[in-house]
Amino acid sequence: MVAATLYDKLWDAHVVRDNADGTSLLYIDRHLVHEVTSPQAFEGMRLAGRRPWRVAANLAVADHNVPTINRAQGIADPVSRLQVETLDRNCAEYEIVEFRLADSRQGIVHVIGPEQGATQPGMTVVCGDSHTSTHGALGALAFGIGTSEVEHVLVTQTLIQSQSKRMLVRVEGQVGAGVSAKDMALALIGRIGTAGATGYAIEFGGAAVRALSMEGRMTLCNMSIEAGARCGLVAVDDVTIEYMRGRPFAPHGAMWDRAVAYWRTLVSDSDAVFDRVVELDGTEIVPQITWGTSPEMVAPVDARVPDPAAEPDPTRRIGMERALAYMGLEPGVPMTRIRPDKVFIGSCTNSRIEDLRSAAAVVQGRRVADTIKLALVVPGSGLVKRQAEDEGLDRIFQAAGFEWREPGCSMCLAMNADRLQPGERCASTSNRNFEGRQGHGGRTHLLSPAMAAAAAITGHFVDVRKL
Amino acid sequence: MQPLIRVEGIVAPIDRANVDTDAIIPKQFLKSIKRTGFGPNLFDEWRYLDHGEPGQDCAQRPKNPEFVLNQPRYQDASILLARRNFGCGSSREHAPWALKDYGFRVLIAPSFAEIFYNNCTKNGILPVVLSEEAVEQLFREVTASTGYTLEVDLPSQSVTTSAGEVFSFEIDTFRKQALLDGLDEIGLTLQHAAEIQAYEARRRRETPWLFQTPDT
Ligand code: SF4
Repeated sequence: MVAATLYDKLWDAHVVRDNADGTSLLYIDRHLVHEVTSPQAFEGMRLAGRRPWRVAANLAVADHNVPTINRAQGIADPVSRLQVETLDRNCAEYEIVEFRLADSRQGIVHVIGPEQGATQPGMTVVCGDSHTSTHGALGALAFGIGTSEVEHVLVTQTLIQSQSKRMLVRVEGQVGAGVSAKDMALALIGRIGTAGATGYAIEFGGAAVRALSMEGRMTLCNMSIEAGARCGLVAVDDVTIEYMRGRPFAPHGAMWDRAVAYWRTLVSDSDAVFDRVVELDGTEIVPQITWGTSPEMVAPVDARVPDPAAEPDPTRRIGMERALAYMGLEPGVPMTRIRPDKVFIGSCTNSRIEDLRSAAAVVQGRRVADTIKLALVVPGSGLVKRQAEDEGLDRIFQAAGFEWREPGCSMCLAMNADRLQPGERCASTSNRNFEGRQGHGGRTHLLSPAMAAAAAITGHFVDVRKL
Repeated sequence: MQPLIRVEGIVAPIDRANVDTDAIIPKQFLKSIKRTGFGPNLFDEWRYLDHGEPGQDCAQRPKNPEFVLNQPRYQDASILLARRNFGCGSSREHAPWALKDYGFRVLIAPSFAEIFYNNCTKNGILPVVLSEEAVEQLFREVTASTGYTLEVDLPSQSVTTSAGEVFSFEIDTFRKQALLDGLDEIGLTLQHAAEIQAYEARRRRETPWLFQTPDT
């Protein structure tokens, strides 16, 4: 047998048919649905007189557009409310399982899928959201799709796809204390660029990746889309299997053993060939912060804001100048001299229990600096929130001056009321620092939860390892 | 879907790399549950001087005269010329919906983000990948002459300048055919329903846990 990568194994297991033109019809095991990218798909299906192919493959939740305070009063914004109600109505009509706003299982779609065991090793997982790559951390082939494809999956349980090339990102050498999966992801994007993995499926491997918890692996796979990749993957190991154990949608009893035996095969063969290999030395990675308006505009915390004049590529230079103007930054300023106005800990990148623990560990016994106008913690799901509260993390955050909110996407994309005002600067654990992402005119710096917590405490960016 | 065979039209240049889908259609417009009407809010943050919200009358809003699409010479453009990694970021299909609603049928860039590329072809928009050099040349030409047009021909996979210079491009046969015929992909896939059912039956035997549902 030819040696196969994990990607090949997952792909081959899901091919319904190969088309003459090189594309394949791929079977989809799990379809996650949220309120923003699904209404037009349901409408299209209905207008064509069609029905869902396999209702039980779908799981729905509203997350992008939901308030993080005063939930009992419902959604104030009528346009947002209509969108969430439309999802409720569509799910009720087709009997699709939906975690509604009042359900403790409600949360960000990429947090609840793994949390419920609804996304599993060996599955194909899709969602009308680019950060579906997150679920690849479990050894699933998971990728984001558009609304036309949402409709296609609803109706046929398949997608027409062409294969990606395979990239291995190997991180050998353990990262030091205070350095997280987020820093690994940002360091990788800084190295290969936001289009560096376009056309590729990334598998993350190496000792530093193996050493990551499931939460860390999800952060890494989550950000693979920011490197341009279609999906991110981590091979199944004991960490994966332990994570799956006992989750509501996970197999139980004899079925569990059968599943585990299969999951164990979900690793790249040792002699499998990748189209490209990128090596990072974990021992050299230091905490990272973005300074611009693209995730590739990133620097180590001990560096300075770069000078566009030193950039030889003209398109890139103009991009840097524009980014610095937008961000209100001068070249040569030490990163540690930049002062955020707001701090946001949350998003599908960094809102899981481990993220909250690492931020709380920094915050404990300290206070948010007076210059910080707002410091928010938005747990990824109702269950993460509850667990954090059981561990007393909410009290640590609130005692320090953070606000403790209800779960949702929140200030990651500012579709709800949580947003930056023009010119405001934010230390954010989310994944995109695009212009206006966190609010019109808002300035986003991406970083890890521990680094965001440290910035909240000191009022400026600081190397959390030196705090 | 509206078929796309040949487009000849005015070219509008967006001279920046990594234009993301948040820039193409900002998130506040994603609250719509419709597929149409996004055109007036295409590039909203760059196009208008005020902050846009759904439901405004865009004709009354102050326009940014610097922005390409507000310049008289680029009115009625149907071809958008862009830089590398166009359409990166969020998978929102509202981005191609907005481009289409505005009137763009062809996009030309050295590279596109993958999901966005896909979403375009499913909405009757042709994304054309040309080399960095070719795109650079087109940027020079389009800024040098008012009323600059290109002719894009899908059957022959070519872009022809008014001076007669021809650039050819690649596109996979499935997407090409779908664009040419304006195909209903779902209908096409459903022709293979028996194969999907056969696959499902095999999977139920081999990996039965995937078909179990918990009590929710
Ligand atoms: S948290 Fe942010 S990136 Fe993640 S799904 Fe929500 S909006 Fe998208």
